[in-house]
Amino acid sequence: MAYRANILISSEAPGADAVQAAFLSKVQDLQLEDEVQVLATTALMGAATQGIEALVYPEGTRYVNLTPADAATIVEEHLYKGRPVQRLAYVEPKVTPLPPPNTKEVRVVLGNVGKINPFDIEDYIAEDGYMALAKVLTEMTPDQVVEEMKKSGLRGRGGAGFPAYMKWTLARNSPNKPKFLICNGDEGDPGAFMNRSVLEGDPHSVIEGMAIAAYVVGAEQGYFYVRAEYPIAIRTLRVAIEQAREYGFLGQNIFGSGFNFDLEIRMGAGAFVCGEETALMRSIEGKRGMPSTRPPFPAASGLWGKPSNINNVETYANTAKILLKGGEWFSSVGTEKSKGTKTFAIAGKVKRTGLIEVPLGLTLREVVYDVGGGILNDKKFKAVQTGGPMGGCIPEQFLDMPVDYESLASVGSIMGSGGFVIMDEDTCMVDIARFFMDFVQDESCGKCVPCRVGTRRMLEILNDICEGRGQPGDIERLEELGKSIMRGSLCGLGQGAPNPVLSTIKYFRHEYEAHIYEKKCPAKVCRALIEYKVNPETCIGCTRCARNCPVNAISGKPKEAHYIDPSICIRCGICSQVCPVNAISVE
Amino acid sequence: MSVAINEVSTEVALAPEHQVVLDEILNANKDRPGATMLVLTLVQERLGFVSPAMQTYIAKTLNVPLSHIYGVLTFYSSFRMSPIGRHKISICLGTACYVRGGPTLIDKFQQVLNVKMGETTPDNRFTLEICRCVGACSQAPVVMVDDDIIGQVKPQDVAKSLRKYE
Repeated sequence: MAYRANILISSEAPGADAVQAAFLSKVQDLQLEDEVQVLATTALMGAATQGIEALVYPEGTRYVNLTPADAATIVEEHLYKGRPVQRLAYVEPKVTPLPPPNTKEVRVVLGNVGKINPFDIEDYIAEDGYMALAKVLTEMTPDQVVEEMKKSGLRGRGGAGFPAYMKWTLARNSPNKPKFLICNGDEGDPGAFMNRSVLEGDPHSVIEGMAIAAYVVGAEQGYFYVRAEYPIAIRTLRVAIEQAREYGFLGQNIFGSGFNFDLEIRMGAGAFVCGEETALMRSIEGKRGMPSTRPPFPAASGLWGKPSNINNVETYANTAKILLKGGEWFSSVGTEKSKGTKTFAIAGKVKRTGLIEVPLGLTLREVVYDVGGGILNDKKFKAVQTGGPMGGCIPEQFLDMPVDYESLASVGSIMGSGGFVIMDEDTCMVDIARFFMDFVQDESCGKCVPCRVGTRRMLEILNDICEGRGQPGDIERLEELGKSIMRGSLCGLGQGAPNPVLSTIKYFRHEYEAHIYEKKCPAKVCRALIEYKVNPETCIGCTRCARNCPVNAISGKPKEAHYIDPSICIRCGICSQVCPVNAISVE
Repeated sequence: MSVAINEVSTEVALAPEHQVVLDEILNANKDRPGATMLVLTLVQERLGFVSPAMQTYIAKTLNVPLSHIYGVLTFYSSFRMSPIGRHKISICLGTACYVRGGPTLIDKFQQVLNVKMGETTPDNRFTLEICRCVGACSQAPVVMVDDDIIGQVKPQDVAKSLRKYE
């Protein structure tokens, strides 16, 4: 890079264009355009995303919540006069007495995200991009690549954790032709956005990984399946594929090796089940995305009945780095059976939400408290939900458990794609179970009766419990139904659908019992079981609650105590959120 | 007789400007493998919905049964068969948004716009919808207006946040 400094702008919030324009115009005003480069990258920069952000390199100063005026200030002060603007810089939230944050992060997959310009292949090449592909195609046989992948111990990052080398070998040994290579970018778990960040911030790492896998498997055509909810990822990927073709990293006779490989993007259309591999392939074929029985596995008969290898975005993103630095390098971090690093999306009630990458084997406590900064407003930790709608809720007693495939499975959850949603004392576990059941019954494709009908029945029981109509025996009925659905369903969706309910019954049975027998919601969430009240002593009569009430259930004159009519109140809680003196309580 | 009426109604319903777009998309994609999804996605992207008349036209051109087109359209949640308002508001109900106040926002939006979920305001300005996780969980609760992601939405800011969308 010939520039003295680089400004990278990252944002999910509207207005980033204006901030970028302000940076550019100020740089031009001060005639710094030959020294300072302004780049827009759409990826998240890490934990605690705050509005429109910018990173200024080489110092790596992180500015947050920027306005166009701030941009001009930064250029003038930081880049022209050399004084970073402390006022706008990101300050880590106070975490005491725990160690400083993020020290436990090891960035492999996210190494380039927020550092390179995803729209310029040369940035990626400068970070040793496509070196691994060159090495593989010119120096290694497919068997040697498999050997290296075996040494690395890389397991599929989509959730099930099947060793990558084994999948590739199966597809490689399949006699049928042609073969296809597929990347699963249908990151549908609510609360997970790791793949999105990689696709938007470092798309070439995935393309390179796919090309290497294609060489091993013997595929010439690859498909990138990305969910339609990720328009920016799709746009970034289109540019990246085009540039890779221009540079000869995709197409015919790559690196003069005689190996051909090209890629095409296919978009999902909002069906969660398409994250399941057989359903995803039906979707690429243009059909309803319904899973099919395995065997035959995709390696034998996949897309259009041909041998296909399908991996997750993150699995491919690891591949090039493993082959460049060696399998031993990768396996040097992690646990005995779960090697390497894994990206996680931390969301929910923690101080620092966002994206992290840590070595597998870190404890849940380290993830929640060291990396996540602890619970929001210093409330009490209740559970962490891992693995999306097919995962489970893990209670406090397992906080010191390492995060790896086996440990999570042993407590009734799964690794899944890597979403962690942290819940505090104000989260009702029955309500959360109901939320996930609502999700899966909506997303069930309808093929297997136990999943289609059973999830609906479970949802009805949960609705009854949450709305005060719970009856003795409901918990047992849920358990029985859950077990039958798991046994009688074809794909991971049905087999995992009861997990959130069963795991919350296992660890938070008392909450279910309180709902059913005492008609009380201990976390004060379930609307039918709570009542909002104004404390006339504290109320200052500011009328804010009455003005914000969606159903006009609050009456009272200005400067006098207000009253909530419980027969009209829908228990939305807006009044208590807007009350300036905390005069509204829940009972 | 009834057949004739059906044919007439289909012909009438497919607007000429829609047919131009359909032809363009179909010509470019009809021979690609897995064309159904591709074509429907592109049509939805360009026109915003896939009407029954368009479905019939696509089925004929791709030489597949109409039931196949209808099956695909109803399977995937992002396809629509009728047009929506000028702006689409999607309230995220992914896990993170759910625990951080998504349900409260639903009440507030319904109040502000005076429509129920899935409905369009009488002036055709907004369509209100629920969506599943847009992958901006760190900014929960999140609302998407068209392609803009608005993060950390508070109920009291709802009316203000919509002002710029006409």
